[in-house]
Amino acid sequence: MIKIEVNNQSIEAKKGETILTALKRAGIKVPTLCHMENLAPTGACRMCVVQVEGRPGLIPSCAYPVENGMKIQTHSNRVLRARKTIVELLLADHPDDCLYCVRNGNCELQRLAEEFQVQQRRYTGKKCDYKVDMSSPAIVRDPAKCILCGRCVRMCEEVQGVSCIDFVGRGSKTIVGTAFDQGLNVSSCVNCGQCIKVCPTGALSEKSQVKQVLAALRDPEKIVVVQHAPSVSVTLAEEFGMKPGVDICGIMVSALRRMGFDKVFDTAFTADLTIMEEASELVHRIQTGGKLPMMTSCSPGWVNFVEKFYPDLIDNISSCKSPQQMMGAVIKSYFAQREGIDPTNIYSVSIMPCTAKKFEAQRPEMNNKNVFDVDAVLTTRELARMIRSHGLDINSLSSDLADSPFGQRSSAGKLFGATGGVMEAALRTAYHLLTGEELKDLTLKPLRGLKGVKHMQVSIAGLDLKVAVVSGLGNARKLLEEIRSGRENLHFIEVMTCPGGCIDGGGQPLGTDLQAVRKRMQALYKIDRDDHLQCSHHNKEVQRLYEEFLGEPLSEKSHHLLHTHYTQRKVSVNRN
Amino acid sequence: MSHSDEITAVLKEHPQARRDSLIPILQQIQDRTGFISPQAVQMVSDELSLPTSKIYGVATFYNQFRFQPLGKFHVQVCRGTACHVKGSAAVLDMLIRELNIKPDETTRDGLFSLEIVACIGACGLAPVISVNGEFHGGVTPDNIKKILDSYRAQAQKDQSQNDAQEDKAK
Repeated sequence: MIKIEVNNQSIEAKKGETILTALKRAGIKVPTLCHMENLAPTGACRMCVVQVEGRPGLIPSCAYPVENGMKIQTHSNRVLRARKTIVELLLADHPDDCLYCVRNGNCELQRLAEEFQVQQRRYTGKKCDYKVDMSSPAIVRDPAKCILCGRCVRMCEEVQGVSCIDFVGRGSKTIVGTAFDQGLNVSSCVNCGQCIKVCPTGALSEKSQVKQVLAALRDPEKIVVVQHAPSVSVTLAEEFGMKPGVDICGIMVSALRRMGFDKVFDTAFTADLTIMEEASELVHRIQTGGKLPMMTSCSPGWVNFVEKFYPDLIDNISSCKSPQQMMGAVIKSYFAQREGIDPTNIYSVSIMPCTAKKFEAQRPEMNNKNVFDVDAVLTTRELARMIRSHGLDINSLSSDLADSPFGQRSSAGKLFGATGGVMEAALRTAYHLLTGEELKDLTLKPLRGLKGVKHMQVSIAGLDLKVAVVSGLGNARKLLEEIRSGRENLHFIEVMTCPGGCIDGGGQPLGTDLQAVRKRMQALYKIDRDDHLQCSHHNKEVQRLYEEFLGEPLSEKSHHLLHTHYTQRKVSVNRN
Repeated sequence: MSHSDEITAVLKEHPQARRDSLIPILQQIQDRTGFISPQAVQMVSDELSLPTSKIYGVATFYNQFRFQPLGKFHVQVCRGTACHVKGSAAVLDMLIRELNIKPDETTRDGLFSLEIVACIGACGLAPVISVNGEFHGGVTPDNIKKILDSYRAQAQKDQSQNDAQEDKAK
């Protein structure tokens, strides 16, 4: 520990850390724009400059290591003036349409302008004119609102290993764009939406489908059903100012009812169904010498990633549809039949932590004679906007239960929301399928936590099952490279596109840090700990669905409704 | 030689190339083919294991790279100091309007491409433009059209000669 002096007060700092890290620990807030937690500093935006005694210029605190006895001023007049000027210059080439912006009230640039009391237009210049890229089914890109902080570029390249976007051009003509500035839909983008999560402004946002959902709710002909993903209930509360890690599942269900949804189903139910199919598929592959390692297929960004970057490994992905698509399929078949409704009159909505789910829902394979399994996908953020616009007060709503026949869920299904959860749920059921008994300890510790890559070996009926759990596509890429170059000792791999899993998905509340993600994860683990229905194969409604409709896992009907196939996608990508 | 053969030939000259060879490779491709095509970016991407977005980002950073093929007549407008003083900005504006393209673009008929260059060492003739290396000094916005028309006429003449030759061959 060394001592530094900040604003005339002595604080402790660790040798080798940056000034910014030390300041943060001491509770001194310095604004940043380009800074990203856990990535090397770029020092590009200069927002975090501080004054260091004995140094001529201002120093970017994010990129400068602390030194013993350093004397720092973080909020001197000179520093504040410099920061304010940066904001004013950024605003000089930024549209003045905050009121019409998706990030109004939740924009870092807006907040900084307010913090620095920018109330006058000091710099005026030509504003750049760019086209909005609406080509992707999941993500909207508006370069006019981009302040070139580079966070999306780094997220896409350094964390996700996709590198779909980069800086294009130079100087005042620089934009963030794809190769040849083509639309995202023909680029290597996998729709994960992590770029949206790090964007400080409205330059990146999800393609909203709220309008279509509202229209369906108003349509008296339509039966509007909704499903909500396992991770949404533990993050939605943050949109309403509550602290991270609060589960408001019941309140969310009653809010959905109040807004006029006819039926509310729990996607964790079809997570259980997925487990039944996927665990059976794994057992089948192992017993018949099928392609191994089998890889999970719940995360549509990941599936897309393999289709684009690793087409040679497509056969390794489980043929199971994701829980969202399974729910869509059973709603428009079993549920429609049971209730005597024409499937074309059902409008099926899903609430997802994810932008890639929007892409998944419109895949042609997910469409049965022009009836899509899922008609509209809303992210957690879009749901929150809808709840606000309906004037619903989260704090005064009472708790409600999801509807039969797809309302019951095991806590294993709920675990799908965090990295390792699918694997944990699958192993609980695979163990049962192979031995007829239950795992002694249902909590599989090595698979839990936020680590990007986790391994475990489970002994089931004489077979040493080796599994890996990966989150974040950058980590997945490394593992796939190992498999390509001959690594053969794995049976089953769970991959989630977003670091940490769905709890930090591209559709989740913005402006969260790792701490919040950890809290969300703890909330899911708590649900599992407190639940007595902890295994997918004990879900009574799943059992009934098999008895009354599907027959058994991997039956012909299951194959028709719950399984799918994948195709190589030729886009302009780096295939190596 | 087809377009992709040209690119393959350049890549062959750089065995085991890594990312530090990117710019020389792009320069050679542009030398041989006149521009950097999407196909070229894809092939370089495969060869160097670099994302296409990154290659495009690097290439657009430098003014020397162009992304459309050169026109039959490549028009270079000098924007050096002397030409600027003598009104090259107005000349450029006129060219942009007359050709209906921006600098570094090529007209849809493939006849003209436009490029801004710094001093080409003919300050005595300022403002000066060069068409396929042929210098035109003391140009004004008014005589731009005439100059372009002379090339258009030449293109037409070449075309009809070609047609005649083809007819003969038949």
